Amino acid sequence: MSKTKLVIAGNGMVGHQFLQSLADSGQLDNFEVTVFCEESRLAYDRVHLSAYFSGATAEDLAMGNADLYRSWGLNVLTGETVTGIDRGYKSVTTDKGRELSYDKLVLATGSYPFVPPVPGHDRQQCLVYRTIDDLDAIAEAAKKSRVGTVVGGGLLGLEAAKALTDLGLETHVVEFAPRLMAVQLDNGGGAMLRQKIEALGVSVHTQKNTQLIDDGEECFHKMNFADGEVLETDLILFSAGIRPRDELARESDLEVGERGGIVINNNCQTSDPSIYAIGECALWNKQIFGLVAPGNQMAKVAVSHLTGGSDSFTGADMSTKLKLMGVDVASIGDAHGQTPGARVYSFVDERAEVYKKLVVSEDGKILLGAILVGDAEQYGTLLQYMLNGIHLPEYPDTLILPNRGDDKQTGLGVAALPETAQICSCHDVSKADVRAALDGGCCTLADVKGSTKAATGCGGCSALLTDLVNHELEEMGVEVNRDLCEHFPYTRQDLYNLIRIEEIRSFDELLEKHGRGHGCEICRPAVGSILASCWNDYILTEQNVGLQDTNDTFMANMQKDGTYSVVPRVAGGEITADKLIVLGQVAKKYNLYSKITGGQRVDLFGARLEQLPDIWQELIDAGFETGHAYGKSLRTVKSCVGSTWCRFGVDDSVGLAIDLENRYKGLRAPHKIKFAVSGCTRECAEAQSKDIGVIATEKGWNLYVCGNGGMKPRHGDLFATDLDRDTLIRYIDRILMFYIKTADRLQRTSVWMENMEGGLDYLRQVIINDSLSLGEELEQQMAHVVATYQCEWKTTLESPQALKRFRHFVNSEAPDSNVIFVEERQQIRPATPQEKAEVEAEPIKLVS
Amino acid sequence: MTTTKHWTAVCSQNDLIADSGICALVADTQVALFYVKKQQAVFAIANHDPFSQANVLSRGLIGSKGDDLFVASPVYKQHFCLKTGRCLDDENTRIQAWPARIEQGQVEVLI
Repeated sequence: MSKTKLVIAGNGMVGHQFLQSLADSGQLDNFEVTVFCEESRLAYDRVHLSAYFSGATAEDLAMGNADLYRSWGLNVLTGETVTGIDRGYKSVTTDKGRELSYDKLVLATGSYPFVPPVPGHDRQQCLVYRTIDDLDAIAEAAKKSRVGTVVGGGLLGLEAAKALTDLGLETHVVEFAPRLMAVQLDNGGGAMLRQKIEALGVSVHTQKNTQLIDDGEECFHKMNFADGEVLETDLILFSAGIRPRDELARESDLEVGERGGIVINNNCQTSDPSIYAIGECALWNKQIFGLVAPGNQMAKVAVSHLTGGSDSFTGADMSTKLKLMGVDVASIGDAHGQTPGARVYSFVDERAEVYKKLVVSEDGKILLGAILVGDAEQYGTLLQYMLNGIHLPEYPDTLILPNRGDDKQTGLGVAALPETAQICSCHDVSKADVRAALDGGCCTLADVKGSTKAATGCGGCSALLTDLVNHELEEMGVEVNRDLCEHFPYTRQDLYNLIRIEEIRSFDELLEKHGRGHGCEICRPAVGSILASCWNDYILTEQNVGLQDTNDTFMANMQKDGTYSVVPRVAGGEITADKLIVLGQVAKKYNLYSKITGGQRVDLFGARLEQLPDIWQELIDAGFETGHAYGKSLRTVKSCVGSTWCRFGVDDSVGLAIDLENRYKGLRAPHKIKFAVSGCTRECAEAQSKDIGVIATEKGWNLYVCGNGGMKPRHGDLFATDLDRDTLIRYIDRILMFYIKTADRLQRTSVWMENMEGGLDYLRQVIINDSLSLGEELEQQMAHVVATYQCEWKTTLESPQALKRFRHFVNSEAPDSNVIFVEERQQIRPATPQEKAEVEAEPIKLVS
Repeated sequence: MTTTKHWTAVCSQNDLIADSGICALVADTQVALFYVKKQQAVFAIANHDPFSQANVLSRGLIGSKGDDLFVASPVYKQHFCLKTGRCLDDENTRIQAWPARIEQGQVEVLI
């Protein structure tokens, strides 16, 4: 059978979804696919475009991928645009003069930003906000600007305004309508949004009809409005809506709508059955869908139709939830109450700046729509009520009123949701899909997220998904027991709070008050860690020593043969020649295997227990201190050489790294913590793979959090930008202490973040906005740890009692005869069992 | 077994570390000694960890699982009963355990 020649015009988000769906259908082999991508870049995430100005790169935003496309066998032509269709010959022509025949053609040409035909709209520094190239042009123009203005106060306009504030411009928003987000919000919601956005320093001008743009006096432009007022600005961004890119359809006489848009049927076919249109260029039932989710749905429908499936497009819910400049905004269904007989409940809290409105049916039984500004927590619940026609509670207002008593919020029980209820709209995951994932072996929220991708898009459904997963697990009889172990009927977080509040200083006291039995290898180190995080006492006191893992007990890292490795601290990876020589001398004297670690220090292996005090005495005499390589604690702060030496460095990364390492050294935590500091955006210290990563910018320091290398790598999240040193340290203090307070045992910051309800935004609220009023307390707790630091090895060497343990036998000076080394590449290594059997020799020569 | 066993003093009571372990050399055998404070009792098992082949059990953390007192190997974390030497994670594995007591300030092992 010959292959169907399939041509796709456009590789935006929806165009990419089409290709993905085609690949997922398993029928790629039946098609010979050619994709024309007008931009030089393959598909990227336009929804999160403003992230480009807060640290994301074009690679971060990318969705399409040349290697992936190639592996699918697609012929992809970037920088080439389809300019004509000959429907008679079934062929397309391109701007590069190419002519290509097709059996089926898919138009995924998207839209373009509408620029009102105001005189002066085509002046320099008048730009639009749609593509990465646009963003580069904006960034360039912003360099010579002080003031920036967005024309259009809709969803995209406010995104663009955020971009301008991120670029450091004094920002204005000019809107023709009397309120912001006129399509999604009513007057009350628009007013609240305006209040909140103005508090963030953006000036909002509503009911402004721009008549002329000409030369300004103080700024590059002057905008002249119909009411006689003027606004001076250096940069203008038009974001006054979108228009479908339907010119190909018009020129080839496909049916288009009166106000634009390529008319499609429920199969996403145009008036020519061989041609499909999907996404923002398509007009279904006289509607353009300017959101990505409906576009993705169209893409799937078109693939289904092309491959003999029966999916159809029957409209899409245009409810949205988003965060505009940190403000939660949501609009559901018939937000304006246009359904005949609709009734409204509303709630306004001017102090907390929250506005909520419900639109219900005449009989009060069905939710028709809703608006949430300032607090959109109930979005998921309300959306499910609306989409599934679930009957409302007797008093629907309880759904939006604040919950001040002990009563459970009248939320929607997840049990009430039908199987078809869509939990995650970004990835189209239904309740049935979640249940299937659980049936298929997923046991945790993280598993379900990984398997279904639910809650990994905008994250708006994460609370709902958590409820659903917990509910389903309980239904399946899986007891979600979060007790630390059989000795304590508490979580780690509970124990942390008990220890803090009751000022418990020892494991025995905690066990007596709140536990049973003797403890175990789970709770003992966990409690030991909490006690250290809270009180920072010496870890080898009589009451603490039984809580430490062997590595902490002997303050070295046990290796497979029972010997230890020794790692002195080398803050920031900076070391003098004299100290390097000492490391070499010690290694040589005790015949230790030497290796450079990933954390920019030196690891000395093969030390026997009884050698550790002597080795450390020499190291401490030379000015070293313990490196805590053995602890669940701060390990290293890696750094690049920074502006001191590097031609590209913009700040002193080594200096900051040393200060950070010295500040947090000795801090014990649920798991190990690694930092890095890079002196410029080239990121040679790989800070984005660390728990705490800091990267120098021209204006300060960017802070990344919760990154990880290791088994499951995770890029750190950009937490805050352009911080001064004091703010940076304050944030890190708070983040680390909040991590210590709330993480599970042995939970790295990356997993802690993945499991945190509300994720990065929530953490920002807690740390930056101090939403839990914990900030000062966390800082004081950290200050205590910093002030009570001690080098544990120094303390140990001064304690004859503690030193007693550093011998293999309590009753003999003999070394452990089982420790045998052989030589490899001029250094020692542990003998293998066969080698041991062969040698049966004396243990390696003792060094006096 | 026909070998005669004797109570052998191996170290002073003061050498013990509460809720933790030490190792003594008895003839050619490495014996791990644990002192459990709550019960004021001393236990003696082999120091050799059969899973890692390292002589390290005296450096593990002790605890209880139900009524069993155990030490967790510091290498791969298997649990060994302090009284019997039985491995709680693998019924086919058992290490040696000896009766132990404190007599007149001395720790004695029946070995």
